Amino acid sequence: MTFVKTKLELEKLQDGDILEVLLSPGEPLENVPKSAKEQGYKILEISKIDDNTYKVKIAK
Amino acid sequence: MKKLSIVCFSGDFDRAVAAFTMATGAAAVNYEVNLFFTFWGLNIVKKRRGRSFIGKGFLARIFNFLGGGFKNLPLSRLNFLGASPKLMVRMMKKRNVATLNELVQAAIQLNVKLYACEMSMIILGLEKEDFIPEIKEVLGVAKFLEISEGGQTLFI
Repeated sequence: MTFVKTKLELEKLQDGDILEVLLSPGEPLENVPKSAKEQGYKILEISKIDDNTYKVKIAK
Repeated sequence: MKKLSIVCFSGDFDRAVAAFTMATGAAAVNYEVNLFFTFWGLNIVKKRRGRSFIGKGFLARIFNFLGGGFKNLPLSRLNFLGASPKLMVRMMKKRNVATLNELVQAAIQLNVKLYACEMSMIILGLEKEDFIPEIKEVLGVAKFLEISEGGQTLFI
């Protein structure tokens, strides 16, 4: 479901726009960047905010 | 294109969550997704979300009232006269898990295709107009097989 929400947000953006997603470690952090890459989006940056939150920047 | 087709036979809340979770998850990674609502599953996609006496014929009306709509979907276990689904929605919100309503909206936005079963509609005296407008078409088995051919099919 995390990727479903991410994908719905990505669909609202224009090409070249950047989406920042906050993810929990584990399944979401593994799958969201992977699925986004498979869909042709670019992962610009993954940074740790705290032990339970990571920020992923995705470019459309 | 990869394809997932789900026969939504059950009108249980928890099974509907399972079906829509699979559907949205697959649609988000570009699967073509078809949901075929049949029998109790039709309750999920009725236009009237509460209990109402819709349908043609006395028995059909009673059945449709008792079956209810989106707001009355029971849990398949531990339903406690409908209290549990409401508690479950509260837990889902609190734990930041998508509710069934959110899943259905996401499915529609991701172009998941929704179909209703012709035969169950005849039994329950229902018309296409009794369902949400996103129900694309009313189908029988032959057409469903055609639509689902070459993909994976689940029965929930």
